[in-house]
Amino acid sequence: MGKTRTTSGEGRERQRLPARRFRTTSPAALRADSVDGGSLLAPLLGLTDQAFSDCPDLADGAMEKMSRVTTALGGSVLTGRTMHCHLDAPANAISVCRDAAQVVVAGRSIFKIYAIEEEQFVEKLNLRVGRKPSLNLSCADVVWHQMDENLLATAATNGVVVTWNLGRPSRNKQDQLFTEHKRTVNKVCFHPTEAHVLLSGSQDGFMKCFDLRRKDSVSTFSGEATEAGPREWAMAGWVPVLPVLSCRILRLHHSFAHGPMQDAESTANDARESWGCPLYPLGLCSGPQAGQSESVRDVQFSIRDYFTFASTFENGNVQLWDIRRPDRCERMFTAHNGPVFCCDWHPEDRGWLATGGRDKMVKVWDMTTHRAKEMHCVQTIASVARVKWRPECRHHLATCSMMVDHNIYVWDVRRPFVPAAMFEEHRDVTTGIAWRHPHDPSFLLSGSKDSSLCQHLFRDASQPVERANPEGLCYGLFGDLAFAAKESLVAAESGRKPYTGDRRHPIFFKRKLDPAEPFAGLASSALSVFETEPGGGGMRWFVDTAERYALAGRPLAELCDHNAKVARELGRNQVAQTWTMLRIIYCSPGLVPTANLNHSVGKGGSCGLPLMNSFNLKDMAPGLGSETRLDRSKGDARSDTVLLDSSATLITNEDNEETEGSDVPADYLLGDVEGEEDELYLLDPEHAHPEDPECVLPQEAFPLRHEIVDTPPGPEHLQDKADSPHVSGSEADVASLAPVDSSFSLLSVSHALYDSRLPPDFFGVLVRDMLHFYAEQGDVQMAVSVLIVLGERVRKDIDEQTQEHWYTSYIDLLQRFRLWNVSNEVVKLSTSRAVSCLNQASTTLHVNCSHCKRPMSSRGWVCDRCHRCASMCAVCHHVVKGLFVWCQGCSHGGHLQHIMKWLEGSSHCPAGCGHLCEYS
Amino acid sequence: MLKLRHTRGQTSELSTSSNEGYNVKALLSSYKIILFKYYFMNSELGIRIPRPLGQGPSRFIPEKEILQVGSEDAQMHALFADSFAALGRLDNITLVMVFHPQYLESFLKTQHYLLQMDGPLPLHYRHYIGIMAAARHQCSYLVNLHVNDFLHVGGDPKWLNGLENAPQKLQNLGELNKVLAHRPWLITKEHIEGLLKAEEHSWSLAELVHAVVLLTHYHSLASFTFGCGISPEIHCDGGHTFRPPSVSNYCICDITNGNHSVDEMPVNSAENVSVSDSFFEVEALMEKMRQLQECRDEEEASQEEMASRFEIEKRESMFVFSSDDEEVTPARAVSRHFEDTSYGYKDFSRHGMHVPTFRVQDYCWEDHGYSLVNRLYPDVGQLIDEKFHIAYNLTYNTMAMHKDVDTSMLRRAIWNYIHCMFGIRYDDYDYGEINQLLDRSFKVYIKTVVCTPEKVTKRMYDSFWRQFKHSEKVHVNLLLIEARMQAELLYALRAITRYMT
Repeated sequence: MGKTRTTSGEGRERQRLPARRFRTTSPAALRADSVDGGSLLAPLLGLTDQAFSDCPDLADGAMEKMSRVTTALGGSVLTGRTMHCHLDAPANAISVCRDAAQVVVAGRSIFKIYAIEEEQFVEKLNLRVGRKPSLNLSCADVVWHQMDENLLATAATNGVVVTWNLGRPSRNKQDQLFTEHKRTVNKVCFHPTEAHVLLSGSQDGFMKCFDLRRKDSVSTFSGEATEAGPREWAMAGWVPVLPVLSCRILRLHHSFAHGPMQDAESTANDARESWGCPLYPLGLCSGPQAGQSESVRDVQFSIRDYFTFASTFENGNVQLWDIRRPDRCERMFTAHNGPVFCCDWHPEDRGWLATGGRDKMVKVWDMTTHRAKEMHCVQTIASVARVKWRPECRHHLATCSMMVDHNIYVWDVRRPFVPAAMFEEHRDVTTGIAWRHPHDPSFLLSGSKDSSLCQHLFRDASQPVERANPEGLCYGLFGDLAFAAKESLVAAESGRKPYTGDRRHPIFFKRKLDPAEPFAGLASSALSVFETEPGGGGMRWFVDTAERYALAGRPLAELCDHNAKVARELGRNQVAQTWTMLRIIYCSPGLVPTANLNHSVGKGGSCGLPLMNSFNLKDMAPGLGSETRLDRSKGDARSDTVLLDSSATLITNEDNEETEGSDVPADYLLGDVEGEEDELYLLDPEHAHPEDPECVLPQEAFPLRHEIVDTPPGPEHLQDKADSPHVSGSEADVASLAPVDSSFSLLSVSHALYDSRLPPDFFGVLVRDMLHFYAEQGDVQMAVSVLIVLGERVRKDIDEQTQEHWYTSYIDLLQRFRLWNVSNEVVKLSTSRAVSCLNQASTTLHVNCSHCKRPMSSRGWVCDRCHRCASMCAVCHHVVKGLFVWCQGCSHGGHLQHIMKWLEGSSHCPAGCGHLCEYS
Repeated sequence: MLKLRHTRGQTSELSTSSNEGYNVKALLSSYKIILFKYYFMNSELGIRIPRPLGQGPSRFIPEKEILQVGSEDAQMHALFADSFAALGRLDNITLVMVFHPQYLESFLKTQHYLLQMDGPLPLHYRHYIGIMAAARHQCSYLVNLHVNDFLHVGGDPKWLNGLENAPQKLQNLGELNKVLAHRPWLITKEHIEGLLKAEEHSWSLAELVHAVVLLTHYHSLASFTFGCGISPEIHCDGGHTFRPPSVSNYCICDITNGNHSVDEMPVNSAENVSVSDSFFEVEALMEKMRQLQECRDEEEASQEEMASRFEIEKRESMFVFSSDDEEVTPARAVSRHFEDTSYGYKDFSRHGMHVPTFRVQDYCWEDHGYSLVNRLYPDVGQLIDEKFHIAYNLTYNTMAMHKDVDTSMLRRAIWNYIHCMFGIRYDDYDYGEINQLLDRSFKVYIKTVVCTPEKVTKRMYDSFWRQFKHSEKVHVNLLLIEARMQAELLYALRAITRYMT
């Protein structure tokens, strides 16, 4: 059928249906095996061998059916279209008949069989008959036997399990009624190969196994039962069959009524022995009545292991049972946080179990190993109500959700972020999903609370991948840049060099294309990674700067000087200049020797004339400061130290306008430095440089008001190369990426220069612009450092949110570089509430008792269990409640201070154990 | 904020409590000292000093039965510490609930999260909603507490003059509050739509869920307050008196809580009279449980019968009402502004209007409610879920003087009976069991606490389960309030779900 099937989305589906599936090899041999298996099963079901062999027709029937299936698949093709039909009432569950031509829908007030025809669903049979509605007909679940077309079972919300025989001549097809469960039955499940075995799982915490030939259950499993301790999977009587073998065999297992195939394999091992041994007493195994047993949400027979079934629980556990051992489960593990609503065994991969829970996860477990191993995990957007493996697609599974989300998703578990396909037909929660045929991956049926039944065709599915944006960009910590884009885009671009002038080049270029992946072509991206040149020094400057900057604790001027020095030493001249200028602006008015300033400006270059003037003016000012202040009464407190005279004021105003007119200092800084705007009075950095020391003058005699004075300034332009990685790689930004060579402008310096003769309120704007400029350039370090150092002087000019944003970015960067101390200092110095509460969070330290190794919950120094004080100081013999230091050699220790003191005088352990402790 | 109650003759504790750093006891003690100083100082100055009124945290439970602060074990101590740290007080509710520390922990965690942690609603809204909800039941205790909190977090005092002074947005919530408190089964998606689509006054879904959780929390907490007869806090109206200590406690003129607070006589008389009776009461109850356990499998009731049993129980629950016609005087001025006394609990389906039965199997907390709440108000679903779980599963396997009893059947009967009163049906439950296990006086109590908590009297409290311990009665109350909360939540969340689809 694989060949003829019309698959959708060429290339998405893997057409790898092996021909051998249809090769019915030596049926006789297999049948012998199966009968063998049947006889082994007999004792379990409380039957004699005789009883079993009395029904050979079963096997024959199975053979017949098998061939029918084969022809159905090999000959005619499953056809159909996406369609839906209206039901009279909300559906709770659906199940498909083996022939893939009928589907049963069950709900609180509906129980019908529909025939799936080419164009539509046709109601075939209404099983809800009887005078008055009974709760027995209020179905929570329904299942159609996969061996017998006439056999169905339903689970009722009142705890009854009902079986239905469509072969009955009467109108009422109800066959048997099991009323053993006390609470709602959540799930029923037929044995995949055994005709008469039915399993149910209920809210009351019990699972029951019924033999349909008997009136009551043959065994009961309590969810409370403990795990079968040492008895492990591999020793449990069915040695895991080699995957290769089991694969081959499984291909046929659908066609046999009672053929425990694996057993045929495992007879080679000592399996038989365990089968032969007396089984555990059947009947109700009495779980402890007192405790509340957890509700069972799903039960599923393993498709591959004859005796195994899995059950999932409301408390998040999954249990694996051997149907012959009702006393305890084979193994138990916690799969989810909260109820596990569903599970499904992989049709081909032995031991793969998919579970879905309220925690919105689908997990795939490998049960063949000693401990259940989580293989894959898919995070969905709502709690997972059902999960079903997609036939023939090894990694695909379909899910629907319990609440809120109405769509059905098909996931590739290897690609857990975007669903491979999505069906959006339903208007209310989907409650049941089923693949139409166990070997056909393209037809999915679903029932929903919106009272409709749908057939979805895979080729009509919407594919979220198509809508996904496969572009991504990310910086590495050390300045590397990774960039992923649609291949087509990258290919088109490859002709030109996107980063001209950039000395970096992609170090690798990767197309992540997995040909095996069905939808690879749809949303794959090419990934390019650019690395900073090794010589570029990476982010070294950032770390150094962060570590060496002073942010507080000294007078402002000192901080500025210190930071300028740091920046200069790291070769970041512009930053150094900025610091110097800040110092001049805020601390040194009047005290800066005129000569020096003039000098420096004069050297600054021919364009510096106006500046000189202004300096001169300013320099004349010192004595007249008080006037200035009067003049500019609005002048802010932050820099009233700057003294200006009235004439200066005039000039100031002019300048002010100019500056405002060109208020994007960032622009000047880049590249266009030369000559673009004369008014800017650019200084030639090379010249300015040597002068720096002169500019930096002792700012003595100044009552410095800012306690907050140290700044770890700016990360910025140490190296152009280093900087550029900060900037986003998009083309729009190329300009800023352009290498700034040594002739970078000192615009900000020049601003500062003329600022300094301006009235105080003028600085705010400039400094703010400067900070913004640095931040935008990626040098948030500088922005934050200046912010901290200047404190109140500038804070009010910058809105809270921006500050917070800078702080958090900087702290984030620091933490990535593991500069914990610096980051904590920054947090502490920040004035933003949101930031300063950062180091109040998760301050709890959990400790275990040193005696009993249990966590000490209430207090950190006394163990509740062993009532001992966990950590005693070896020196003073008191309990250590704070910092505890101990020797890793002898594990004695005590108060940090005490131990330090002790070890100053002695090298032996204070506890007297004779160990030569070392304290470093 | 602390209670003066502890000042009475317990100064000796002061010395014993100082060996741990962070210590409620120490806090209380130091507070005590201050109060004492204050007291002595001021009494000399002639300033009136408030004195605690009433006798302990609960009017129903003798103070000596209730755990004394200072005698708690480590676990409880930690709880007190947490509670104190979170609320800045140890309120009477906490002191009564500490009978069941396991539950209390979860309760405090949830309440703390709802009121103080991240959430869509601003803090003063949360307290205001608490006030609205508590006022529906004229629960002045909660109203008083939250009026203080509301003002503390910067709420506008004008709002307290009545709902009409609050923003339109909160006024819109009034209707939902009313319906939710008294007849939750009438909530429809139209109610929800009305709130979500009110132009500039509209609620967001997340805010609405937060509000709904708060409303239900406070409705049920009001039930607890009345059900256990919680006394007013010292700092609130009715919690203190300025009378000199010599005057008998019996003259309480400013009792505001509707119920007569001191009523000790009946306790003793009731106990004396009925010791033998009530002994048999317990025995009989246990016998019935045993019988039900055993013959459950044998006598299978027919489908019709099962269905009718639910209806019978539902109908019967209407007639279960106390005959006490004690007039309730509405309490503090504030709560008067929120009441619409014309709207009260009406029995489910009494008034001709047929409301379809709510089937738990179609919409239950575990599967549906949880997911919805957790989606819209992250983490709260988890907290409430835990709380429900603990309340439902809490057991010490004791009944009165008997040990090792499986009480699950009884607990389930209580839980389902409450849901039954709200028209919520479990397909898999035989409602006949309720009739066997819950006697009339118990039903009266349950019904009153859940539906019209303001009418609970000490007599009701005393008259059911006479032989049982107070802690067991508190346990019953926990079941009642959680079942009630879940019922209200289910209706509200179902309406929201319907709105969303």
